[in-house]
Amino acid sequence: MQPSGGSLLLLLRAEPAALSDDELLDRYQRAAFDYFLENVNPENGLVADTSRPNSPVSIAVVGFALSCYPIGVERGWMTRDAAVKLTLAALRFFSTSRQGNGDDVTGHKGFYYHFLDMRTGLRVWRCELSMVDTALLISGMLVACAYFADDNDKEAEIRQLAEALYRRVDWRWAQGSTPTLRQGWKPKSGFLHYGWEGYNEATILYVLSMASPDSPTSDNSYEGWTATYQWENIYGYDVLYGGPLFMHQFSHAWIDFAGIRDAFMREKNSDYFENSRRSTYLHRDYARHNPYGYGGYDENLWGLSAGDGPGGFRTSVQRQRRRFSGYAARGAPFGPDDGTIAPWSYPASLPFAPDICLAALRHLGDRYPEVIDNYRLPSGFNPTLANRRKFGRHGWVSEGHYGLDQGIVVMMIENHRSGLIWKLMRSNQHIRRGLGKAGFSGGWLSGDGGDVA
Amino acid sequence: MSRDRTRAPAFPVDSNDINLVKSAYPPHWKNPEPNGPYNLIVIGAGPAGLTAAREAANLGAKVALIERGLIGGACVNVGCIPSKAIIRTARLYADMRDAETFGGDTPDRLHVDFQRAMTRMRQIRQRISRADSAASLASEGIDLYFGEARFSGPDAVTVAGQTLRFRKALVATGARAALPTIPGLAEAGYLSNETMFDLTDCPKRLLVIGGGPLGCETAQAFCLLGAKVILAQREPMFLPGEERDAAQILSDALAREGVEVRLNTEVVAVRTGGGKKLAGLVRDDETTTISVDEIITGIGRSPNVDGLDLENAGVAYDATGIKADDYLRTTNPRIYAAGDVCLAYKFTHTAEATARMVVQNALFLGRSKLSELVIPWCTYTDPEIAHVGLYPAQARQNGIPVKTYTVLMHDVARAIMDGEEEGFVKIHVREGSDRILGATVVASHAGEMINAVSLAIKSGMGLLALADVIHPFPTQAQGIKMAADAYRRTRFTSFWRHVTTRWLERSRR
Repeated sequence: MQPSGGSLLLLLRAEPAALSDDELLDRYQRAAFDYFLENVNPENGLVADTSRPNSPVSIAVVGFALSCYPIGVERGWMTRDAAVKLTLAALRFFSTSRQGNGDDVTGHKGFYYHFLDMRTGLRVWRCELSMVDTALLISGMLVACAYFADDNDKEAEIRQLAEALYRRVDWRWAQGSTPTLRQGWKPKSGFLHYGWEGYNEATILYVLSMASPDSPTSDNSYEGWTATYQWENIYGYDVLYGGPLFMHQFSHAWIDFAGIRDAFMREKNSDYFENSRRSTYLHRDYARHNPYGYGGYDENLWGLSAGDGPGGFRTSVQRQRRRFSGYAARGAPFGPDDGTIAPWSYPASLPFAPDICLAALRHLGDRYPEVIDNYRLPSGFNPTLANRRKFGRHGWVSEGHYGLDQGIVVMMIENHRSGLIWKLMRSNQHIRRGLGKAGFSGGWLSGDGGDVA
Repeated sequence: MSRDRTRAPAFPVDSNDINLVKSAYPPHWKNPEPNGPYNLIVIGAGPAGLTAAREAANLGAKVALIERGLIGGACVNVGCIPSKAIIRTARLYADMRDAETFGGDTPDRLHVDFQRAMTRMRQIRQRISRADSAASLASEGIDLYFGEARFSGPDAVTVAGQTLRFRKALVATGARAALPTIPGLAEAGYLSNETMFDLTDCPKRLLVIGGGPLGCETAQAFCLLGAKVILAQREPMFLPGEERDAAQILSDALAREGVEVRLNTEVVAVRTGGGKKLAGLVRDDETTTISVDEIITGIGRSPNVDGLDLENAGVAYDATGIKADDYLRTTNPRIYAAGDVCLAYKFTHTAEATARMVVQNALFLGRSKLSELVIPWCTYTDPEIAHVGLYPAQARQNGIPVKTYTVLMHDVARAIMDGEEEGFVKIHVREGSDRILGATVVASHAGEMINAVSLAIKSGMGLLALADVIHPFPTQAQGIKMAADAYRRTRFTSFWRHVTTRWLERSRR
């Protein structure tokens, strides 16, 4: 018997709560995956930074896209041919794009500018040549290289181009005159002097740079970075602190850090996977504390990260002056915190702390369904601003979607479900070599890397 | 006093200043007649010089103290004292704006009386300086000379036409604001810490150059007093060298109060136009020009070594100051140095501590070492940022495994009651032990709180013993004890829990 219109609506409404965990995750993962198909330029494989009109390309988002296509193939969301086509388009574009230290280029020294024009692929916004975003792009290329292993011309070309594009990056140049890698470079002013202080998302940048066969960073580069690490006991957790949650997620999207340890983690008798787990719990405990009294914060609404925000203004909340920001890196427990939650943090931390992440994801769907667009999560939302200033009863919700958020959601749900990306990257000799040079040992590094998906 | 580069009214500004001068540089002062060699000649009557002269005189030494300007040095006249007096008024206005937070009513219209704030500062400065008046120093048996001191040989100093001989001498001439090298700045005019306290009107738009302690304190205070402040900092964070999380909290606090924060930004040129100062700022490869009414620069301090004829005494120095060994002895074994003229840590309290060391080492065969001092410091922003001992990065560079016990001020009951929840206590210990390596406190009263940790380090007390020190409840210093308690909890390993559980089970039988 067909359900009536009313009962069908009821079924649809009740649906998220009725779904099993895996069904629920499948919907979120698929919705995030579709971002890439909706926002890719099939001509050159470049993917928009956000779904907003006239958004430029973010090279990191392209890296995420390249990493997500194999997942799409495995899940039956796209054909292998379509994945090969988009992957090749991107690799061919970067391979033939103009490099140099002048204007009208895409990159320099094998690195790429952070933001590019969707059509021409040239630098926009006078943005910086970005070391960490290039590393995320190259990581995506290496996923493609590992996955497209069939013996045909197109997949062979993918492997050849990915390898060549990785090899041509001049990592040593990006060290400047210091042990650590510079974060960026601009044609007129040279290297940006933003320092590396403390742990963050850049582990994969160091792994790739140290493993380079042709232009590796000096052997002390990773050590130079980890020298600034701070091991802290906060809220009863022993953690290597990094404020925003994305710092505990991005490198982990490609590398399974469970059970492998560098010198720092050997000293602390822990590993980076465990550290991400504790950091996830720390964020939840911070929301329980909710020191600033922000709306909604509790054990199922937490997660501060880098992402969109309501904009730069100051207003009073519970008779306290608070400053709100636009796109910013928010962190716990030291801040900044303006009550803006990054809900994609839940799937992105899923492999580390599945129980609390799933609980938070379900709570989000139950309590804040208006922020979820057909299972796709926004960059951020701020319930504290409900009925304040120009904001409506739902507070502020980020407009459109961000590719970075969607990419990490697809990858981390997959790693939680099947470990596909981790397995692919375990087989990559560059990753293994880079980890080895950074001092990692034990766990899966002790094996021969043959456990490919 | 160093050269005046301000367009603000020249010192003395009011009757408080005139009284200060009368006491700190009496106009008709008659220098004493030297009578034989001195046990100790002290050049410079700032915190280091005053401490050394008093300490030595107290112990029976024949002491001469030479000052070319005002007694009190930078601290009382142009440093800590006037700046913290103004910060207090700035905090008052912040509290008035936030009155609702504390259960009060915010005034409908808050008028900042800048002149009254500055007058209060001058009153306080004058009052504190009275303790070190020329007359009181003389009454303590110190021969006080006013004039420019010059070494005329390895054991002699001339001042105001007289030659003074010494067995030992101490150079404690301090430091002054460094001259910035920004093209056009000198011509356009600017204020430094030496001249900004002579302001009588609050600048409407103010550019503060430099995000070190002085720059951050100044930017916040003037912002709270009603100026539109732009704070330009060349580095990617404020307070370089301080912990990242401390700098982050300060950066957020400054921005929340309305300071326009410009990190990674260099001021490359200044010119005047339309009655304003136009400053060119460069961030990466982007250049912008901002228009302001006044510029305050807080970058760097230069040691006062010129004009002392140190060469005549064989005392080596360079741009960073007088070269002194760990015992604070210069390259002339009769001559010592203390305070800002020779130290990297240019604080009043280090000046005083090193002066005491010099009295012991120079006059009583002492062997006190600079490297053994436990030196805390504090930046008096809101929240304050205080530190003592090693930073984790320093410990790691020296191969010391370090672990930090962190307590957030929002978990400290008294901080919640006081509406002063911003910040943290971090105590760094050698991993696997309770030996305290250092601490950073970010809190409204961090400067007061850090003392417990300094005391523990100085006395060799471990973090476990600190956990047993009873603190009155409720106090914000409880945060220190809570960090120690966090350490104690980690000692309850599963093994010990097993042992205690078994013991308690037995005791129930």
